[in-house]
Amino acid sequence: MANKKKSVKKVSNKTKKVSKKPVKKNNLTIHFMPYSEIVNEDAIGRIKKIMGIVLAQKIIILQGKLHPDEEARLIENSMTLIGNIKDFQGIEIAAISGENENKGLFNKVRHNIAKILVGEQDAITIIGPASVVKEITQDPKKIELMLQKR
Amino acid sequence: MIKIIKNFARRIFSGVFKKKGEIKLGFYGSPNAGKTSLANRICQDWLGEDLGSVSKMPHETREIQIKEKVLLERDGKKIEFKLIDTPGIATKIDFEDFMKFGLKKKAAQGRAKEATQGIIESIKWLDDMDAVIVLIDATMNPYSQVNITIIGNLVARNIPVLIVANKIDLKKADLKKVQGAFPEYEVVGISAKSGDNIEEFYEELFKLVKKV
Repeated sequence: MANKKKSVKKVSNKTKKVSKKPVKKNNLTIHFMPYSEIVNEDAIGRIKKIMGIVLAQKIIILQGKLHPDEEARLIENSMTLIGNIKDFQGIEIAAISGENENKGLFNKVRHNIAKILVGEQDAITIIGPASVVKEITQDPKKIELMLQKR
Repeated sequence: MIKIIKNFARRIFSGVFKKKGEIKLGFYGSPNAGKTSLANRICQDWLGEDLGSVSKMPHETREIQIKEKVLLERDGKKIEFKLIDTPGIATKIDFEDFMKFGLKKKAAQGRAKEATQGIIESIKWLDDMDAVIVLIDATMNPYSQVNITIIGNLVARNIPVLIVANKIDLKKADLKKVQGAFPEYEVVGISAKSGDNIEEFYEELFKLVKKV
């Protein structure tokens, strides 16, 4: 029995090691982050989580939108890392939401109440390291990602 | 969040006790949008001197530049401004981009370092503004996250905003696109370099001050 337990532990350790492997140079990893993953985090927690993924050279597709103050802090944070982390050049970020669409007064009020209660979930934010994402162009209805040549 | 509440309270109290006519006017935007060019235009028009140097190379302004006691007059009304020109805000900086403008590697790395510090300073100064002019290069796509983040932060801090679409003298400029991107805000198209439409800008600036 004891032996069995030991072997299970070994397997789980192995899995952890695999996930920590650095991303291969030609691999592109997209990390989908549901809103539930950040809803209980404060601003620092959210930024820490996002930066952790970005520094692993992954692109994040976040369900929802950061608060403008969090976006500003994210920019500040990435600026402090440029020059201190090898090859880190900053981030590319873009958010798209349905809030610009013409809505009636009732729908606007409903949308704002929902925003207060559950956060802004009807939006998508894309964040990626500038060394992977060359440029993000956006207009109200679409986001285009241009990747760096590898 | 606490920062925003504190700033809101500060604004209310300072609004009560503030000496009238002393307006801290910030210039924000992406690099090369024309912040210093517009600040220079205002300083030239009212003081006869420049505020800072301009260049085609991005991040020419890497430190906050201030010009105090800039007195503007319109229809008999005088307003004293403290003009605060801020470094352009970007989400990424690659020193190799500066090398394309002829800088050596070490100089480019130094400039990149200063540019990152400048961006951090710009963001910190957001809390200290009474009103802000957001400069957008009318020849570029206005739907940039930097513009959206700056404006979102100003709205959250209850700071009045005037959007200025610069470089309308250039063929590629699309003022309607900028206006379409920010339908809830007043957008005035100018050329800080040639002075096109600068009178309309001053008119909108005086309207902006009423909201402070």
